[in-house]
Amino acid sequence: MNLPLSHYLVLSVLLFGIGLLGVLLRRNVIVVFMCIEIMLNAANLAFISFSHYLEKIDGQIFVFFIMTVAAAEAAVGLAIIVTLFRVRATLNVDQADLMKW
Amino acid sequence: MDQVIFFFFAGLVLLSAASVVLQTRIVYCALSLIVCLGSLAALFLQLQAYFVAAIQVIVYAGAIMVLFLFVILLVDPKTEALQLDKGRAATWIAIPVVALTTASLLFAVRDFQVRSAARGIVPVSIMGEAGHTENLAVDLFTDYVLPFELTSILILVAVVGAVVLAKRRS
Repeated sequence: MNLPLSHYLVLSVLLFGIGLLGVLLRRNVIVVFMCIEIMLNAANLAFISFSHYLEKIDGQIFVFFIMTVAAAEAAVGLAIIVTLFRVRATLNVDQADLMKW
Repeated sequence: MDQVIFFFFAGLVLLSAASVVLQTRIVYCALSLIVCLGSLAALFLQLQAYFVAAIQVIVYAGAIMVLFLFVILLVDPKTEALQLDKGRAATWIAIPVVALTTASLLFAVRDFQVRSAARGIVPVSIMGEAGHTENLAVDLFTDYVLPFELTSILILVAVVGAVVLAKRRS
């Protein structure tokens, strides 16, 4: 593999930045959730590239666990979103403000 | 050839991620995210992580994104444009914070090198042959069996929680 490790890490950082921008700027709660998944995938890419360049398998095992946790989190988070929509009839994060001071 | 593949799929990943952030309709965001996940699976294949690439396509793009699409079906997606609302504090904080975070991380990783002493004992050539999944499974079920069992409990809790939360109160 003649590609340096830093190429993959730079891609991972840029992907993380795009996801972070989406979480902060978008107001639809489902799109915020999708941007969180982008950030998780950026971390997965960093783990896999380190696993390849350090020639250990442990990075891939960690990615396995991250994917499992992301699946569980997506299930519960989307169930919460469905309930929120049923109660408030809106998907705007700015309007879910009952607990603000 | 490696460079061509890398830059093609890296460009596709970044473009589709930007499309998720910038699209107006939620369904287009979900479809862009599926493209992003598929391109990431291609990059995983280039890094010789064959099993992880397969479960990325099956689990992430195949199950989690389908769950997203079902929820988009159930709720009513009004078209919401990406308006930069000047009155909202997050708009002013977002771009400088993200620029600062990304710049500092890029500064940290720009010439990352791996020292030879840090290398493990599973050479890449063996990982690339048949038996790659076996390598992963050996470590998963010996060294990492406790997190494995804990994630099975986590999935059980998540399934019960999702059903309880999404049930209609009748």
